[in-house]
Amino acid sequence: MGLLDKEFSDGNIVIAPVEDVLNWARLSSIWQLGFGLACCAIEMMATSASHYDFDRFGVIPRNTPRQADAIIISGTVTLKMATRIKRLYEQIPDPKYIISMGSCSNCGGPYWEHGYHVLKGIDRVIPVDVYVPGCPPRPEALLEGLLKLRDKIRHETLRKKSA
Amino acid sequence: MKNAEEIFEILKQQFGDSIIGLDKDTPTEPIITVAPLQIHKIAAFLREAEELKFDSLMCLSGVDDANGTKVKDADGYDSIQGGTLSVYYHLDSVELRHKITLKVSSDRENPQVESVENVWRCADWHEREAFDMYGIVFLNHSDLRRILMPYDWEAGYQLRKDYKNPEFYQGMKVPY
Ligand code: SF4
Repeated sequence: MGLLDKEFSDGNIVIAPVEDVLNWARLSSIWQLGFGLACCAIEMMATSASHYDFDRFGVIPRNTPRQADAIIISGTVTLKMATRIKRLYEQIPDPKYIISMGSCSNCGGPYWEHGYHVLKGIDRVIPVDVYVPGCPPRPEALLEGLLKLRDKIRHETLRKKSA
Repeated sequence: MKNAEEIFEILKQQFGDSIIGLDKDTPTEPIITVAPLQIHKIAAFLREAEELKFDSLMCLSGVDDANGTKVKDADGYDSIQGGTLSVYYHLDSVELRHKITLKVSSDRENPQVESVENVWRCADWHEREAFDMYGIVFLNHSDLRRILMPYDWEAGYQLRKDYKNPEFYQGMKVPY
């Protein structure tokens, strides 16, 4: 994490900028809202399970938006659901992050033309930090998306939210 | 076990003019057409009669027959006027092992069909779906609301052939 490099000669003291420490804490425990929408959610669950193990990055599903830091929009967002997602997003305390997983939540996916009920991209409703392409994305791809999000958080400053 | 002609004869004897016709020229089960405002008592009879015992409604589906006249509106979109919307009932008797399909057709402008919700309980959600997708009104249904689309969806009925998607829903752009 770069924190321990700056160790003082006294073993009990570590000197680091406040920003680095905050960012490190945030990116190491991205609690996601336990929330799945369609076929992509199955892949997200696979990523959470023991084989790919989301947990090693500190990603733990929480059952309430009040305790969550991120939502992985994993699947088809219907217009009906979009209104709910917006509310959930607003209930998450800042800082909050969105990973858009799969073609459906990126741009409507297979429903882009005839899906009368599908929102053509979650970014029409809430801001997205990382887009993960695929239909569905493999767990490796989702992990890559998560690493990208961690990179983004790592370079945040206290003055301005960049992710 | 009864075949389609026998079932048709039994119904014809019981209900006379309410039974409109028998179409055997179908790739699957033969279809008996009946009057939309008589379907409840016909359904109840089909379920109760000793020799029929249709205890299972396998599927209830709405269909847009699109057999009206096509009219172009100002934006060049086709809209259909006149013609019918239909409801198909796929029935099965688990005990007597026979099947039949019923069909009712109702005016597109004012589609009304009697509900069979209290004959086969599973018709409840099927009818709500047909209402949601085609706007077919099921009379005497206990809870006829949209089932899949949002309750405040005002753009019409999606599976009608002349359905046109709205530009916006609650401020969200709908087309790609
Ligand atoms: S992107 Fe593909 S896999 Fe993911 S929810 Fe849409 S259809 Fe399903």
